Amino acid sequence: MSSTIKSPWLIHYDASSCNGCDIEVLACLTPMYDLERFGIINTGNPKHADVFLVTGSVNERNIKVVQQIYNQMLEPKVVIACGICACTGGIFKECYNTLGGADVAIPVDVYAPGCAIRPEGIIDAVVMGLGVLEEKRKALAAGELVSDPLPDDLSAAKKSVGGKTVRESSFFETLQKEDSDAA
Amino acid sequence: MGERTVIPFGPHHPVLPEPLHFDLVLEDEVVVEAIPQLGFVHRGLEKLVAKKDYMQFVLVCERICGICAFGHSLGYSETIEALMKIEVPIRAQYLRVIWHELSRVHSHLLWLGLLADAFGFENLFMQCWRLREEVLDIFEETTGGRVILTACNVGGVEQDIEDSELKAIVQRLEKMAVEYKGLLKVFLKDRSVKNRLVGVGYLSKEDAAKFSTVGPFARASGLQEDLRMLGFGGYGELKDFQPVTSDGGDGYARSEVRALEVFQSIDIIRELVAKIPEGPYTQKVKGSPEAGSYAVGHLEQPRGECFYLAKGNGTKFLERFRIRTPTSQNVAGMAHIMQGCDLADVPINILTIDPCISCTER
Repeated sequence: MSSTIKSPWLIHYDASSCNGCDIEVLACLTPMYDLERFGIINTGNPKHADVFLVTGSVNERNIKVVQQIYNQMLEPKVVIACGICACTGGIFKECYNTLGGADVAIPVDVYAPGCAIRPEGIIDAVVMGLGVLEEKRKALAAGELVSDPLPDDLSAAKKSVGGKTVRESSFFETLQKEDSDAA
Repeated sequence: MGERTVIPFGPHHPVLPEPLHFDLVLEDEVVVEAIPQLGFVHRGLEKLVAKKDYMQFVLVCERICGICAFGHSLGYSETIEALMKIEVPIRAQYLRVIWHELSRVHSHLLWLGLLADAFGFENLFMQCWRLREEVLDIFEETTGGRVILTACNVGGVEQDIEDSELKAIVQRLEKMAVEYKGLLKVFLKDRSVKNRLVGVGYLSKEDAAKFSTVGPFARASGLQEDLRMLGFGGYGELKDFQPVTSDGGDGYARSEVRALEVFQSIDIIRELVAKIPEGPYTQKVKGSPEAGSYAVGHLEQPRGECFYLAKGNGTKFLERFRIRTPTSQNVAGMAHIMQGCDLADVPINILTIDPCISCTER
C-alpha cells in the first residue's frame, strides 16, 4: 500500500459519449455515492491525475485529444473505460464516424460495461483500477516500467479498427515482450 | 487597446462535462469574437435508421443524449405514431408526460449544480445533485434505469405505474420541493451568486428572436416560446399552461427561469396524477411506414424546442430520420453573448445556455 492509491486523483474525458455515463461519473463524486471518501478527487489537469476515466467511443476527431491527455499523464497511471461505448463502441459501433472503444486509441486497464454504467459499477471499476495502479507503482519503483508515449502518427492505432481487441498493445504485454526480448 | 490574441478553449476543460472547442479572440482580457468548433461527439446516428428497424431505433434515439434521454424516445415515438397513424392510449400519454416532466426536473437540477460548480460554489453543486438523486430514485423504481430509461416505445409505454405509486411520487416531489426552496434562496438572493450572474451575457429580446433561440434561453429574454402551450400529447389535458418567462436577458434571468420551471413541472405532475384515467398503457403496432409518407414531431425538451422528421419507404427501415436539437439553435446566440465579455466569464456564458453537445452533434 502506498500513498498513491490512498488518494488517487482522476480525470474524466467524454470521447463521444451520450452524457449518460458522464453524469453518472459526476454523480459518483456527489453526496449520494461520494468517491471522495476513498480520497478520490476529480481534477481537470492531466498532470495531476492518476486515473483516466474515458466515456464514449472514439472517433476521428477526438482520438488525438484522448491520446494527448493520456500522454500528458505521468506514470503510474490507469485507464478505465466507463460504459459499453468506451469498451467496444456499444450501440454506436455501426455508425460511420465511430472507430471503436477507447482501446483503439490508448491501452485500457479496466473495462466497465453498462449503458449507462451505474455509479456502483464505476466505483467497482475504480477500486479495481487501484490494484493495477499499485502494481504499476511497484514496477516503476523496481525500474521495470518506463513511460512510453504513444506514437504521433495514428497508423498503429487505426489498424485495430476492424473489431480486433487492442489488448496486444496493452502496457503489460509490451512489458512482457520487452522482457522476453531482453532474455 | 492591446494586441489580439487567440486562446483555444476546450475541448477538454474542467468546466465542461462535454467536449466543446472555442477559439476565443481576445483584446487584453475582453473577448472580441468566439468561434465555436464542433464535431468531437459526432457519431452519425441518424444514418443508423438504415441498419435498425423503426421499433429498434427508439433505443438508439434515446441514446442521443443521456440527460434528455426520455424526451428523445418520446419525440421519436410521437413522430413514428404520426407517420403510421397510430392512436396512443390516453393513459400512456399521461404517463409519458409525467416521465418527461420528471426528466425536466432532473435536467434542471443537474444544470443548476453545474452552474454552481462553474462559479466556484462547490457546496451548492453538491446540494443540487443530492436533490437530483431523489428524482433518479423515482426513475429507478418505475423503470429500472437511472438515466437511460427505455420507458417509451412506439405505441405507448413499456410499463405502467400504479395509482398508489403515482401518489407516492407526488408526495416525494413535494417533500423535495420544500428542500429545493431553501436552495433557491441561495441561487436567487445570495449576493455572491448574484455578483457572478447579474448582467453577465445579456441577450436582448430582439436578438433572441433574431438568432432563433429556443427554450429557457429565449424565455429568459422575454420571448413567450414554449411548445407545451400547443398541447401536444398529454399536455392537451392540462387546465392552464403559462410558460415561465423573465425580462432580464442575462445569466441571472436564465437561471431564474430554469429554477422556477422545476416548480412548474411538479405542478404539472400533480395535476396529471390527480386525473389520470384507467385503461391500457400500450398498443400493439403492426406493419411498417408507407412508402413516401413523412411526418414531423415537435417536443419541448428541457433545453428547448426539438424537431423530428421521419420518412418511410414501405419497409421496416426508415428512409430518413432527422432531428434538430435545441442547442444547435442556441449556439449562434451563445457566440453572440460572448462578444465583449471578460475571459473569466466565458465558462458562465457557455453554461447559462445549458448546452447539450451530445444532442447537437449526434
